[in-house]
Amino acid sequence: MPIVVERVSHIYMEGTPMAKVALRDVSLTIEDGEFVGLIGHTGSGKSTLVQHFNGLLMPTSGRVYVDGVDLTDKHTSLRAIRQKVGMVFQYPEHQLFGETVFEDVAFGPRNAGLEEREVEARVKEALEMVGLDYSALKDHSPFELSGGQKRRVAIAGVLAMKPAVLILDEPTAGLDPEGSADILSKIQALHGAGKVTVIMVTHSMEDVARMSTRLVVMEQGGIVFDGAPREVFTQVELLKEMGLGVPQVTELMHELKGKGLPVQTNILTLEEAEAELVRVLELKRHGTV
Amino acid sequence: MALFKNITIGQYIPGNSAIHRLDPRTKIIGTVLLIVLLFMVDSFLGYALAAVAIFGIVQLSEIPWRIILRGLRPLFVILLLTVSLHLFMTEGTPIFRIWFIEVTWEGLFRGVMMGVRLALLVMGTSLLTLTTSPINLTDGIESLLKPGKRIGVPAHELAMMMTIALRFIPTLLEEAEKIMKAQMARGADFQSGGLMQRAKSLIPLLVPLFVNAFRRADDLAIAMEARGYRGGEGRTKFKELHFGQADAIALGVSIAFVVLVGVLF
Amino acid sequence: MAKPLIRFEGVHFRYNPGTEREWAALQGIDLDIYPGEFVAVLGHNGSGKSTLAKHCNALLVPSSGRVLVDGLDTKDDAAVWQIRQTIGMVFQNPDNQLVATTVEEDVAFGPENLGIPSKEIQARVDEALRAVGMEAYRLHSPHQLSGGQKQRVAIAGMISMRPRCIVLDEPTAMLDPEGRREVMHTIHRLNETEKITIVHITHHMDEVINADRVVIMTDGKIALQGTPKDVFSNVELLRSLHLDVPQVTALSHRLRSRGLNLPDGIITVDELVECLCQS
Repeated sequence: MPIVVERVSHIYMEGTPMAKVALRDVSLTIEDGEFVGLIGHTGSGKSTLVQHFNGLLMPTSGRVYVDGVDLTDKHTSLRAIRQKVGMVFQYPEHQLFGETVFEDVAFGPRNAGLEEREVEARVKEALEMVGLDYSALKDHSPFELSGGQKRRVAIAGVLAMKPAVLILDEPTAGLDPEGSADILSKIQALHGAGKVTVIMVTHSMEDVARMSTRLVVMEQGGIVFDGAPREVFTQVELLKEMGLGVPQVTELMHELKGKGLPVQTNILTLEEAEAELVRVLELKRHGTV
Repeated sequence: MALFKNITIGQYIPGNSAIHRLDPRTKIIGTVLLIVLLFMVDSFLGYALAAVAIFGIVQLSEIPWRIILRGLRPLFVILLLTVSLHLFMTEGTPIFRIWFIEVTWEGLFRGVMMGVRLALLVMGTSLLTLTTSPINLTDGIESLLKPGKRIGVPAHELAMMMTIALRFIPTLLEEAEKIMKAQMARGADFQSGGLMQRAKSLIPLLVPLFVNAFRRADDLAIAMEARGYRGGEGRTKFKELHFGQADAIALGVSIAFVVLVGVLF
Repeated sequence: MAKPLIRFEGVHFRYNPGTEREWAALQGIDLDIYPGEFVAVLGHNGSGKSTLAKHCNALLVPSSGRVLVDGLDTKDDAAVWQIRQTIGMVFQNPDNQLVATTVEEDVAFGPENLGIPSKEIQARVDEALRAVGMEAYRLHSPHQLSGGQKQRVAIAGMISMRPRCIVLDEPTAMLDPEGRREVMHTIHRLNETEKITIVHITHHMDEVINADRVVIMTDGKIALQGTPKDVFSNVELLRSLHLDVPQVTALSHRLRSRGLNLPDGIITVDELVECLCQS
């Protein structure tokens, strides 16, 4: 289910003195199976961009195609599109409303007009995907759960629609390291199972470096970098200038290289850094350098 | 915020005109007087004079006319309804008649009068909010209600409630929009269906909105406590109200005008 | 050593005592916070760190044990007023702690409650806004500000009450990296130039590396405390507590276990660069 964004601009409150350009002439194609990390400052346009992917926002100019269907066409059923392109907003637990966990997660599938048996199967599957015990929790009020559990119920509410594309807007915001790691591993598992394309808006360079197959950096309503994380993170200086930074290990390698140590700088993770440093320091010890 | 961009009621346009500088108490009393006046007069000349007065104040306030008129737009339907009700329902000398609907001279007169009265009322009161910041407004109300404390009017509490409401309205609107979008992303439909169905479709919006509002209220109460809040007793004011010469003159002129016009016309 | 500004003596605290949902959030805390210190409290959710914070200014009082603020017992109702003037408090959600419709009115809220004369409130508001670098926004309404700016206003709202210490309960948890930088910069500056004691509660380990002292909490107890260097030398222990360490700290730890000669407790990129270039 590829998403094609064609020269999209978006202006909030167009025609008023408060008009604000949020997207400028953005073009982008997201292919099946990708894991796209979307990075940029608050106000860079990333949240606006992703809301175009399921027709929550319409471009002021330009077009958006999902699986070849033009979202800007008046005859397009946006409800059908939204079942395919699932979207988890920031702090999704703030949107819980169901009397029970089951009712809340079932909201999406029911809106899609599914039969009750199918709804139940979907709810069960979705809750299990986020690591929650269906039979133990389904009759609980979602408001009685812990913060991390609420978040997972809310994500399950989107997964229950079985979307082909999953958009997540800062899924770990406000969680502690353990809670974050937990959510991220679930997302990675979903993507790994080959069932969904993932688009994740985040501030964490470390997460993007570790998880995504593609990194899109936005600034002032435009895309400034788009490529594999390994490529993008070679632009240490530029990223730092934009106030975005790179993973700490990438920065470390960059600095070491600057000091004359012959290390590779396209390092993204702890494991890679360890291997590279051991290699170089071994060489150094043997006097080859 | 596309959904709520049309809300302009209660908007404040910062400025430094003679009207802006008046003590909020003067403006509140003035507005009350205007309302009284508009319900007292019953002649064309009376309305004309009230209109002239309001036009004069608008000029003094330096608020652009299009903003004043924009305030009338949401009331257009009510205005139209009022005018046509009077137009068609008043008995008297007929002008013309279509089927059973009869338009009379008296009806025309009443209709136009009511329309003008309503329009002037809205313009006059919106002038108050357009030229007075919400803080000044609440301070003014609190100060005016203070004498009522002895008979149990909770002046400070009311003012505090107004302040907090004003502070959180934009936050809640933003939140409502966000929740709506999130539910739409899960296939919710807020637009179609009959009345019952539409009311039901609001549950996924209203429940989280209320839950979050209560959570906010809890947080805010703790934050206020931590900042030493313990009610109105012993509180001082950052900006004290100042009833000056200009206020005395403005108030005097207003009272004289209302008495004169109200009694004579 | 100076007299502690805040002293926890064997503090236990239970939520909902005597009910099914009873929960022991603090289980025997002994802790002294000294004037002028920058203390960071690190722990995962449910470790009791927020409960600890709320004990500092009598928003909560111990079920057993006691908390003394500048010698005053927080259980003493008559002292609460004085305690809240001594210890300011900033909370997690930037939206839910600003009361007024403009920045300057909000900063004035505390002094108004204290009954400070109007003239002096104005001076305090000016001073507080300057201290957090928000003078330019005095007439803005809170909803026009970014998260980081709102938190700075909340901090100014405390400074205007002239507290000796500010306790910040996860002030950065809901902020983007830019907002987090703003807040961290502001509180470090207040600590250095205004000598305000800071107790910073967080779960972001990168925010504690410049603190004077780090207190690690788990299950309502203090698991570990010391300078950032000392604390981050215990990589295994921190891991077992489900806490992160900075990437360079983890890397140094791995390299050491592979026989590389690196010192303990490396917490910044620069430190590791220096050590690697020397070895």
